[in-house]
Amino acid sequence: MSGEGGGSRKGEGEGKGVTMRVEVDVPKCVASGQCVMIAPDVFDQNEEDGIVVLLDEQPAPELHADVRESAVVCPAAAIRVVEK
Amino acid sequence: MTETLAETAPEAEGPLPEFPMPRAAGCPFAPPPTARALHTERPVARVRLWDGSAPWLVTRYADQRALLGDPRVSSEATRPGFPHPSAGFRENAGRRRTFITMDDPEHARIRRMVTGPFAIKRIEAMRPGIQKITDGLIDTMLAGPTPVDLVRALALPLPSLVICQLLGVPYEDHDFFQRKSSVLINRHSSAEEVVGANEALTDYLEGLVAGKLAEPADDMLSELAGRVRAGELTRRDAANMGVLLLVAGHETTANMIALGTVALLENPDQLAVLRETEDPKAVARAVEELLRYLTIVHNGRRRVAREDIEIGGETIRAGEGIIVYTGTGNWDAEVFAEPERLDIGRDARRHMAFGFGVHQCLGQPLARMELQVVYGTLYRRIPTLRLATGIDQLPFKDDGLVYGVYELPVTWTS
Ligand code: HEM
Ligand code: SF4
Repeated sequence: MSGEGGGSRKGEGEGKGVTMRVEVDVPKCVASGQCVMIAPDVFDQNEEDGIVVLLDEQPAPELHADVRESAVVCPAAAIRVVEK
Repeated sequence: MTETLAETAPEAEGPLPEFPMPRAAGCPFAPPPTARALHTERPVARVRLWDGSAPWLVTRYADQRALLGDPRVSSEATRPGFPHPSAGFRENAGRRRTFITMDDPEHARIRRMVTGPFAIKRIEAMRPGIQKITDGLIDTMLAGPTPVDLVRALALPLPSLVICQLLGVPYEDHDFFQRKSSVLINRHSSAEEVVGANEALTDYLEGLVAGKLAEPADDMLSELAGRVRAGELTRRDAANMGVLLLVAGHETTANMIALGTVALLENPDQLAVLRETEDPKAVARAVEELLRYLTIVHNGRRRVAREDIEIGGETIRAGEGIIVYTGTGNWDAEVFAEPERLDIGRDARRHMAFGFGVHQCLGQPLARMELQVVYGTLYRRIPTLRLATGIDQLPFKDDGLVYGVYELPVTWTS
């Protein structure tokens, strides 16, 4: 999980055939809502406690930058992004 | 710059800088010069507190993120070595435990009892109501004489009305709870004053919870009362949480509204851009930038090490206090180019004005939305808004745990 949240600037390899897989670590989530604010097509929140719900495990390339940003700002390091 | 230094007595290199540090005269928005100097010269350094203790001040963004996300770092204010902001806080630490001073897993369990209402969609549903309150307060301002104190007219009433509605606290009592809150968050309040204000607020909230037990409504205190009935919380626990939410819910946002307005009036080119835009995303970006630039919760995130931690070339020993000073982290040129420039067009989303880690602000979706509504409305409705006094005459809250202005006289051309 560490590494994703290092505040490093990613963004290379944008688009062109890169596939992305997103994982969320639900027990870690603190319901900050940051991911939902940044990438509402990929993340949502549970009705009763605001905990993260993953809507799209393999988001389309045009969403990749927002998903990466969500992983960086997630205060609880609950979002993991794997790109191939 | 390694272990040997950390192990020597704190005083070995001469007197330590005192914390909190004064801001430079004429620079009300910039972090204190001493903190900025430490940030470049010694990003993990000991400082001296009011009680003579010498915790570590952490000033660099990357180190701050690492520590606030590290489970070896504790928020428990009852642990020895915890760097209390004042005698009042130290005195209160044992009496009043809420999830803000707990560690996981206890923190997570209790925080989750109150996260639901702050989910993005539920907060978004409140936007029309918040817009209406804002418009009403501005109507009243425009109908009355000038100059007006913007703190009394808009900055304080708006978030107070909203948090009252959300919690189910009668707004008629605002004089009482606003007065007690300001004692609670002033560094110079004595221990007796802090304990007294806290007791008064907790008794008041406990009375309200008792009322909701008898007669539940559709609000957060009724939800907490439900947990009391289910045996998950005591009535006092529920009241303590109510105090935390009520105080955190109005003081912070109020200061962002007022201080943000001062910052914009001092940067007329930025204000003009904000006033002209029709794009809600541009307003949202401006809110993030103002949060970064002002970092109003300016007394540092207070923590204590549970274990030895290596950071920034130093070793923080188990039991030593840590102050994560996000004011300089949010002005770290490694992360935010030209940090001293207020640039409402920049992407400032990585700021730590709401903290970082598991304690990151619970109310951030609400705070953001209130600020988006106010910043998106006030300057459009009153385009000639200006200070009715010199900026150097404004009473800045240097003694507060939350930065801002006590009063903000403004005027406009009708
Ligand atoms: C602009 C406005 C606000 C700012 C700048 C702000 C800032 C912060 C910061 C820096 C923390 C982290 C504390 C720590 O790490 O020790 C925090 C926590 C918290 N805030 Fe806010 N806040 C704001 C508005 C609100 C609002 C509107 C509410 C609620 C109704 C709220 C409720 C809380 C609570 C309950 C916590 C404790 C969270 C926890 O410990 O898990 N805040 N806030
Ligand atoms: S950003 Fe992280 S903590 Fe916040 S809601 Fe999303 S997953 Fe949860």
